[in-house]
Amino acid sequence: MSTATTTHPAEHAVADYHGGWLRWITTTNHKDIGTMYMTFALVMFFVGGLMILGVRAELFQPGLQLMKPEFFNQLIGVHALIMIFGALMPAATGFANWMIPLMIGAPDMALPRLNNWGFWLLPPAAFLLTLPFTLALFGIGDGALATGWTFYAPLSVQGGMGVDFAILAVHILGISSIMGSINIIVTIFNMRAPGMTMMKLPLFAWGWLITAFLLIATLPVLAGAVTMLLTDRHFGTHFFDAAGGGDPILFQHLFWFFGHPEVYILLLPVWGLIPHVLSTFSRKPIYGHTAQIYSFIAIGLLSVVVWAHHILTSGLPLPALIYFMFSTMAISLPLAVLFFCWIATMWKGAMSFETPMLFAIGFIVLFGIAGLTGLVLADVAADAQYHHSYFVVAHFHYALFAGGIMGVMTGVYFWLPKWTGHMYSEKLGKLHFWLTVLSFNLTFMPQFFLGLAGMPRRIPDYALQFAEFNAISSIGAFILGFSQLIFAWNIWSCVRGGPKVDGRVWEGAEGLEWELSSPPPHHSWETQPVVK
Amino acid sequence: MASCTDDTRTTKLVEPKPGRKLHRKLLFLSGLTLPLPVLAGYSFNFPEPVTPIARETLHIHNEFMLVITVLFVVVFAIMIYSMIRHRKSTGHAAARFTGPTSALQWFWTLIPFAILLFIDFILMGIPAVKAIVNMEDTKTGTDIVLKVTGMQWKWQYEYPEAGVKFISVLATPREQIANAEPKGEHYLLEVDKPVVLPVGKKIRVLLTSLDVIHTWWVPQFGVKRDAVPGFLRETWLLIEKPGIYRGQCAELCGKDHGFMPVVVRAVPEPEYLAWLETQKAEAKAAAGGADRTWSTEELMAKGKEVYDKICVACHQPNGQGLPPTFPALAGSKLVNGPLLGADGKIIPDSHVDRVLNGKAGTAMQAFRNSLSDVEIASIITYERNSFGNRKGDMIQPAQIKALR
Repeated sequence: MSTATTTHPAEHAVADYHGGWLRWITTTNHKDIGTMYMTFALVMFFVGGLMILGVRAELFQPGLQLMKPEFFNQLIGVHALIMIFGALMPAATGFANWMIPLMIGAPDMALPRLNNWGFWLLPPAAFLLTLPFTLALFGIGDGALATGWTFYAPLSVQGGMGVDFAILAVHILGISSIMGSINIIVTIFNMRAPGMTMMKLPLFAWGWLITAFLLIATLPVLAGAVTMLLTDRHFGTHFFDAAGGGDPILFQHLFWFFGHPEVYILLLPVWGLIPHVLSTFSRKPIYGHTAQIYSFIAIGLLSVVVWAHHILTSGLPLPALIYFMFSTMAISLPLAVLFFCWIATMWKGAMSFETPMLFAIGFIVLFGIAGLTGLVLADVAADAQYHHSYFVVAHFHYALFAGGIMGVMTGVYFWLPKWTGHMYSEKLGKLHFWLTVLSFNLTFMPQFFLGLAGMPRRIPDYALQFAEFNAISSIGAFILGFSQLIFAWNIWSCVRGGPKVDGRVWEGAEGLEWELSSPPPHHSWETQPVVK
Repeated sequence: MASCTDDTRTTKLVEPKPGRKLHRKLLFLSGLTLPLPVLAGYSFNFPEPVTPIARETLHIHNEFMLVITVLFVVVFAIMIYSMIRHRKSTGHAAARFTGPTSALQWFWTLIPFAILLFIDFILMGIPAVKAIVNMEDTKTGTDIVLKVTGMQWKWQYEYPEAGVKFISVLATPREQIANAEPKGEHYLLEVDKPVVLPVGKKIRVLLTSLDVIHTWWVPQFGVKRDAVPGFLRETWLLIEKPGIYRGQCAELCGKDHGFMPVVVRAVPEPEYLAWLETQKAEAKAAAGGADRTWSTEELMAKGKEVYDKICVACHQPNGQGLPPTFPALAGSKLVNGPLLGADGKIIPDSHVDRVLNGKAGTAMQAFRNSLSDVEIASIITYERNSFGNRKGDMIQPAQIKALR
């Protein structure tokens, strides 16, 4: 189809494709779709962020200042759904689309039309999720989902039509994710360059492979749970109503059977990309490639058998408490393998600290706090104090912001020059890093102490002894939020122009993706490379 | 910072001394200060424990925090050492190793995992199992049973052996929440009627809920357990020290989740028994109220009192509600509809039916079991003759008693 593109990478886009906006609607190109995923994720990141700034503004001082509790409850739940399903997951899928074909020596993803459809389901889902806010302004309904992102029955059975909108949005998002996962699995299994055995497959692709299997294994359970919720709400079933023979805790089991693996779904792609970054900037090969692959598999398997540690206060029987405690603690072992390999990759390297490396190191340290506090949370006895408190809020933000979002930022700075052919501003990148890391800790470190002191999560107003830490946390949140504008600006200006980079981009970069020009040709590998 | 057991202490909380505040900020700035309970005087840790479970929990927490801090410091000290020594700018040449090659290297590689295995399953695992077995033992040597029922957004406490039950709601005035008045020292952590428990007795706590899932939590007791509608959950307390202990609902339960505190007054046993006697007498008097005829004025006065406690969160002081979730009572078809059928029975979906039996799938709960005949009769009478509703009729407590 395109023969000239490989020689003129800079002019690649237009010739074979529809011009203008139609190109983006109809594209089946993995790079176009990857770009759309990343753009969507960035927009949703700001939407979700704006919501939580509303929450933090309300929590700046005791008393109700800005909003009613009903609206507060809508903001926290939709913030979580937007950040998880709208920002983190699409960002990871965007990486997969862009990088997996480049890394494994394939011309494109295996199922390009499915790929297009997978992306274009996202905007309607995001629209459904946020539409009830707008409808409420016109007096229709009572706003969005107000149950937190966990949809716990019977609160969600009682809720307004925002719950129905959210259920439908989750269905659509789930279909999109499953299609993306199928595509990634098929691509990795069938389109690797000759000589690239599974054990030589880059870790990023391995991380995504496990993620894809986890998505296919657990999303249908979530879809089932929310469908049962929908029939409980509208068709007179009693899955979650004791009066009709159901059980509210059944919903929690089903939800977390999805919800816990979801954490690893968000993190595995990041764990996959971190070793590439560390190896590049340490100018040294990845340490323990095989060990990391087995750790990914072990974590993937463990992640589906530990779900009830999210509901340890719900009244589980004693043997279940002990089982879920020990199985959860067991995750620390493969995770420790990863930490060991990350640090061993840096050990005796020749390190330099460009923005991606800074973010990767920030990720390791802060995600270390998430992992260690997670180990403590698994302890059933101590969990009785931590559970449903701000300690948990702080813990999972260390996991999902420092682990997830900062991991994504690592990848963006690492690969953006590859994607655009331009270097971003290193100065702004470093400024963004330091502001993010400092304000992140300013926001979430006090929340550990708030939780220990006894502040429950999801409350719009609090007792006076929590005032100081909340004020600090809110200030941190605003700095954190506004710092992200630097990120957006840096990306924007890098896409628009900047110093040209060569194919390798980074001095220490190794892997097939760096053999191509920057930006890579429209069809990545016309002839497959051979891996020795 | 967190303890509210006595007044001198909490006064300090409201107006912290500048020195202490600075001290606190310095501690905060030092970053990972989680495991420093002694230094921080509990500001950075759990509040003072007053039950065996809470003491055990605090002990496990402190030990665990110490362990993870050591892990954190050691691991990242190695990383930071590497970041300083192995830099390109200082001319360090990169090695090429990708895994352990000799038996000695394998040994060093496996040591951290052996340590972690030991920490997970022996050092922390064994005390944790002991603590959980103790926590779950609600049946051995129980002296008293307390039944706690969560409902949107209040707690009902019941002493089944004594036949006493009452509802406990937030006592903080609306004006304080709306910032129209200065906030009191127990802002959001005060109730109209605390639950009273004896010290030194093992209390088996049974939990359930009438509507959605709530969680009963008093940090100083180290106890947190979900109240699940349609099921009984249990836990236990043995309070070692008299005092007032405050906590909150910990599971998102709708609009006023942040406004349903738990307040427990722990007293010596004789005082508890005396209190229980007065409660029994009050309950008897209230039950007797259903047998006599009440005047409209009496019902209206009682109705306003109960409405302001039980109904006001959703239907609002002016009866306007918060539509569409919480419908208005002012001008409501249901409230202004007929009181009872011609045969004296309840009309389905009428005012009386709704108050007694609630509406499934909504926040309107059935008050049949949580309110007395007098309270239900007075609420119905009050609602039919307030907020611009002028039905002019009334219902007697005796009628409610007969309708149950």
